[in-house]
Amino acid sequence: MSSLILILVTGVGLGALYFLVASGLSLIYGLMHVLNFAHGAFLTAGAYAAWVAAASLSSLGGWSFPAAVLIGMFVGALIGAAVEFFLIRPLYRRHIEQVLVTVGLGLMGVALITGIWGADPQPFPRPAWTTATTTIGGAAIPNDRFLLIGAAAVLLIGLLLLLKYTRLGLIIRAGVENRTMVQALGIDVRRTFTLVFALGGAAAALGGVLGSVYSGSVSPGQGTALLIYAFIVVVIGGFGSIGGTALAALVVGLVQQLANYYLYSGIGDVSVVLLLALVLLVRPGGLTGRTA
Amino acid sequence: MTDLAQALTDRAISATGSPRRGRPPAGRILTVLVPLAVLALLIFLPWMGFSIPGVLPGAVNSPGSMQLLALCLVAGGIALSYDILFGRTGLLSFGHALFVGAGAYSAAIALGEWGGGLGLAVLVVIAMGIALPLIVGAVALRVKGIAFAMVTLAFAQAVAITVLRNPAGMTGGEEGLSLNRSQLPAVLSGVVNAPYRYWLALGFCLLCFLVVAWLTAARTGHAWAAVRENEARVEVLGLSSYRAKLTAVVVGGFLGTLGGFVQLIVIGGANPHLLSTEFTLSLLIMVVLGGAGSRWGAIIGGVLYVLLDNRLQELSTSQTIAELPAVLRVPLGQPVFVLGLLFVLVVYFAPGGIAAIGGRVRGWWRRRRQSGVTPT
Amino acid sequence: MSDILRLTDVQVRIAGSHILQGIDFTVPEGGVTALLGRNGVGKTTTLKAILGIVPATGNIEFDGHRIDEAPTHRIVRSGVGYVPEDRDVFASLTVEENLRLAEVPGVQPDYATVHDLFPELRDRRKQRAGTLSGGQQQMVALARVLLGPARLLLVDEPTKGLAPKLVAQVGDVLARVAERTTVLLVEQNLPLVRRIADAAVVIDNGRVVHTSDAASLLGDESLVNSLLGVADASRAGTESTSVEHAARHEPPPSMTATSEIGGTG
Repeated sequence: MSSLILILVTGVGLGALYFLVASGLSLIYGLMHVLNFAHGAFLTAGAYAAWVAAASLSSLGGWSFPAAVLIGMFVGALIGAAVEFFLIRPLYRRHIEQVLVTVGLGLMGVALITGIWGADPQPFPRPAWTTATTTIGGAAIPNDRFLLIGAAAVLLIGLLLLLKYTRLGLIIRAGVENRTMVQALGIDVRRTFTLVFALGGAAAALGGVLGSVYSGSVSPGQGTALLIYAFIVVVIGGFGSIGGTALAALVVGLVQQLANYYLYSGIGDVSVVLLLALVLLVRPGGLTGRTA
Repeated sequence: MTDLAQALTDRAISATGSPRRGRPPAGRILTVLVPLAVLALLIFLPWMGFSIPGVLPGAVNSPGSMQLLALCLVAGGIALSYDILFGRTGLLSFGHALFVGAGAYSAAIALGEWGGGLGLAVLVVIAMGIALPLIVGAVALRVKGIAFAMVTLAFAQAVAITVLRNPAGMTGGEEGLSLNRSQLPAVLSGVVNAPYRYWLALGFCLLCFLVVAWLTAARTGHAWAAVRENEARVEVLGLSSYRAKLTAVVVGGFLGTLGGFVQLIVIGGANPHLLSTEFTLSLLIMVVLGGAGSRWGAIIGGVLYVLLDNRLQELSTSQTIAELPAVLRVPLGQPVFVLGLLFVLVVYFAPGGIAAIGGRVRGWWRRRRQSGVTPT
Repeated sequence: MSDILRLTDVQVRIAGSHILQGIDFTVPEGGVTALLGRNGVGKTTTLKAILGIVPATGNIEFDGHRIDEAPTHRIVRSGVGYVPEDRDVFASLTVEENLRLAEVPGVQPDYATVHDLFPELRDRRKQRAGTLSGGQQQMVALARVLLGPARLLLVDEPTKGLAPKLVAQVGDVLARVAERTTVLLVEQNLPLVRRIADAAVVIDNGRVVHTSDAASLLGDESLVNSLLGVADASRAGTESTSVEHAARHEPPPSMTATSEIGGTG
């Protein structure tokens, strides 16, 4: 029983991580129809920024970690906004080229990080409380799971509130449905694009930092693996739907953990991939029916 | 995302121009003669001793250069196989590495673990090259666009992950499998026999080119182009778009699997990189660099990519780089960075790839002739 | 009276088709100018070209300023409202949200006029626009452009698919609106056009073939027949295929069922 609880909480925790990364992808594709392959680079850049910040801010003691997280998110937002403004925006209406550019940028970003800090994973200074455990129902659960779940919950609620109650959210929801009509109402959607990229960059960076807490290290390749999972989550959940992405992330995380434990260690990844194929063949628009 | 390849291909094709329409007879003969001359040159290359400093590591027929050129040609052929899906039919696939890796691994297992001979390996590769694309295509083509891309990604990832886990010790995990040369003809093994592997690679690349040229001119190719341009219209015309797409997946997948086999022989092993998403993305880069959907684009892109990658690796450890200030040294020391940058630049400023540049030069030359500057 | 809109040699090419081959006309300020023509001649494309939704060459001047190079949102901000064919309301947003989106930041939205013209929208403001009937969605589409200080409204076939009662209602709204704003109206419903339009511009094969005041065009049966393919303008039906049906002297098929029973969209 206790091992089941651990598996379930870990599954939800992983789902939380996937949601952090996938939420930005979902919004970006839903609104702009850009498949952002550079998202993994945002993630990794945020993680490394937090890693560097944590090292230089160690004098702040207990506050160094939250400060590092915020710095990582800020860097992610900045890079996201810069990429959109300087590289994606000039290719407005040329979706093909936009996707290709993100592919190139993603590769360049990882290569650059490898060049600066090397290809080997470096230990990430995680606060002591994240490695400590909390006992629930007889299971000793590492606290980093709760950190992930908490952060994802905050992000989910924040995004839902943003979408429902702010003008920006209104524009995003309308734009996901019909971008041209939003322009025809006199709204400059391009500004919203930059904001969405910044938002996505920040969320991805948060995912990168917390992912490093979970794994205990930063490495240049950490974004690539997570990115593939994030894509799978977004496709299963339906582009542009935050609720769908959250649900899909939860399902993916749980399936992965449960399959790994109950079937055969390592089959969890394959199960997720098969789940994607299954969902797509039954519902090409994903769980929420939003067609790609 | 069929329009993804469409615009690129249209630009490439309009830039390169169709060799059959409106060209003077002299031009038409050239389009046949020049490639034949190049082919002849490539065939006789192992007997030539000249050097291209900076591009090739030694004399053209030195083992190192032969090996590099072999790698270039295999890449060109595999890129062409990918272009059948992406450039010709407008199918964006993120799983092409699956076929290449499957070819390499299945042959390596047949020759190694199973102890079979070359004949068995060839049979296994052919069977794999037909069955695997059929299965993947049958499943993936049930959806379109991004969903199709994601299903292909899913298949490739599933197999890549499984192979990495080294089930039953058959795939060698992260290290891959080395080629058991005992069953291969001796002429393919050994440093001194590099020219023979080079000819094998050349033969493979030529095969891919001929297959693509033949099919593109036939009804199959017209169906592919129609699907790429406007899939809805294809159905209205009474053609089956599903059949055209499946054909593209099977032909491209088969040639890709074959390419994996040739790659195995050329580099002497199968490794997980051949199954990775990075590998498929590198194919995408090759095709876009060279020019999607154009006759020579994919081959040019493949050759250029491998050449650049190799030369940049050399450069990254060289003296010249070490002396540069850190701002330049760090990025230039990473071949992937330079290739990615080149890719982004091509996408921005030359979307039809290198083949389109050739077409633009030809167009400029033709306009000069027509304006009477040079008598015809 | 000055011209609020002037098009000179406007051309549009889409996917190899030369849809607009040189459109020239002007819209005088005030009142309703009708843009007429058979199906597929390029009326909707002309409106889209004015707004910059499709790429176009040529000269487009609004209120004396060139707008042919400007981005869509800036054209709209400078005072051009758009009521598209098929309404294009945001189905997943509520009526209230659809209207809120159309508010111009910094300008007081004129909800008084909107609620006056469309009292039903106030009752349904929390309803998702996707669940509205065709007629109600048309109200939302019209209300959107009336919230702000638009000086020119581009209205594309607002009565398409609507029951006769709603057609009359839309006509009333447009007539009232035209008292303070210029309207460029694309319509197939000729009796409606005859009732509210002041001027008429006819397009055929991507070019303007006739301009005059509305009354003299629509009063001339043979002219209407040759330009618009309608045997008798006064007998034209109330749906979008009214032109063809009237030409064949067939009774127009009833559209009331689909437009009123709740939940089209």
